[in-house]
Amino acid sequence: MSTAIEHPTYNYKVVRQFAIMTVVWGIVGMLVGVWIAAQLAWPALNFDLPWTSFGRLRPLHTNAVIFAFGGSALFATSYYVVQRTCQARLISDGLAAFTFWGWQLIIVLAAITLPLGLTQGKEYAELIWPIDILIAVVWVSYAIVFLGTIYVRKTSHIYVANWFFAAFILTVAILHIVNSMAIPVTWTHSYSIYSGATDAMVQWWYGHNAVGFFLTAGFLGMMYYFVPKQAERPVYSYRLSIVHFWALICVYMWAGPHHLHYTALPDWAQSLGMIMSLILLAPSWGGMINGMMTLSGAWHKLRTDPVLRFLVVSLSFYGMSTFEGPMMSIKTVNALSHYTDWTIGHVHAGALGWVAMISIGAVYHLIPKVFDKKEMYSVDLINVHFWLSTVGTVLYIASMWVNGIMQGLMWRAVNADGTLMYTFIESVEASHPGFVVRWLGGVLWLVGMLLMAYNVYMTVSSKASEKAAAQTA
Amino acid sequence: MDINVFRGLMSVVLLIAFLSIVFWAYSKNQKKPFDEAANLPFADEHEDDHNQGASSSLEKKKHD
Repeated sequence: MSTAIEHPTYNYKVVRQFAIMTVVWGIVGMLVGVWIAAQLAWPALNFDLPWTSFGRLRPLHTNAVIFAFGGSALFATSYYVVQRTCQARLISDGLAAFTFWGWQLIIVLAAITLPLGLTQGKEYAELIWPIDILIAVVWVSYAIVFLGTIYVRKTSHIYVANWFFAAFILTVAILHIVNSMAIPVTWTHSYSIYSGATDAMVQWWYGHNAVGFFLTAGFLGMMYYFVPKQAERPVYSYRLSIVHFWALICVYMWAGPHHLHYTALPDWAQSLGMIMSLILLAPSWGGMINGMMTLSGAWHKLRTDPVLRFLVVSLSFYGMSTFEGPMMSIKTVNALSHYTDWTIGHVHAGALGWVAMISIGAVYHLIPKVFDKKEMYSVDLINVHFWLSTVGTVLYIASMWVNGIMQGLMWRAVNADGTLMYTFIESVEASHPGFVVRWLGGVLWLVGMLLMAYNVYMTVSSKASEKAAAQTA
Repeated sequence: MDINVFRGLMSVVLLIAFLSIVFWAYSKNQKKPFDEAANLPFADEHEDDHNQGASSSLEKKKHD
């Protein structure tokens, strides 16, 4: 695919592979997302087939966007950043290649098993036990490659981005292994070793830390490298980044119970989860401010650089969703928002606005570098992609706010005699316009990703290397 | 020791640990090393020029 010359010091091959797959899986995952969004608006689109029903495609969508798209972006950027800031090659090319092919195999297996209805039934941990074991093996290899490269670094400091990546890798290993503990009964079926409220608590300890470490710490690692690099100035406060790191990883661990408000979980655990979620606002905003302030004195660059725009707007969405999250964890607010579309909107403010936008910015930054090109094929197309993504995210979250609050209010409305004012189906009917707007937001995102694929293809396949450009200049 | 006394003490220990990190991070001694660390993303920029004939010490350690 590439004619790029092998880099003499760094292993860019694995970075290139993961960067390309980030775009591919982004398109696949978002396509499934658009499809199931359309199913909610027009239910006939499930075609009355079990394999294409919402219940089976929804985990396919979440796994594809979180683990395939987000995961590939994390692998690509962490391998790129650790080599460049440690000035050392990955310790093992073979093991790095194993993490790439192993991760792709896991994604393909997920895409086969989930539509077949093979699932453990744990949200974001649906994959059946043989795949879980494969994930554990690949993930431990990833930890060895990443931490081993830090160990052989040529620099004296370990740059803060690597701290975040390392915390993400280690914590996800622990979360995955503990939550996936199960007794297999057949090749495709197993029972969790936990039961009852404990099982629920372990699941949401996993689930929320998947948000906190997979979808936050890893992408903060990205932020601490690519925002300074693209803005061409060091991070606003390195001291703040250290306090940010320790505060974030210490507090996130305890926020899981807010997923289980008003359930069989003991009340004190729910309250503890709420308090820790509120405290979490401080480190989250500390990191967001640190990233934003990196641009102080360089704000004018936003006018001309759409890649920087992706990175900075992702921080705005991060700040917004990390304010919304603690607010929604307050029990009285949660009493209104829980089980409504508000939650879906909140997740996508983070997933589209923060995770996807910072990944896209990072990929646009590193594609020319690892393929030895001067710049992306078209900066204008990056700009179009930026606006499609921003408008798409706003349409998505605004429609889900409206739907969510409306659903919460309709479900709790009671007549004077204490009976419910609305049936459930009335709230579904009332949600239809919001479902259509949300689908439209998703379509804008998908179009943006297709533009990105075209732009990346044209960049990678162009003949002009950076060297040639420098010689003619 | 009563488990609740232990839990209370742990809270105090963790609070002290966190405050120590804050004081350490903001102490004058750390200013210089942190400034160096903050510039690490820019420290290897000569690596981008690898195919223009420059031979840095890193490039001699060619692996492939």
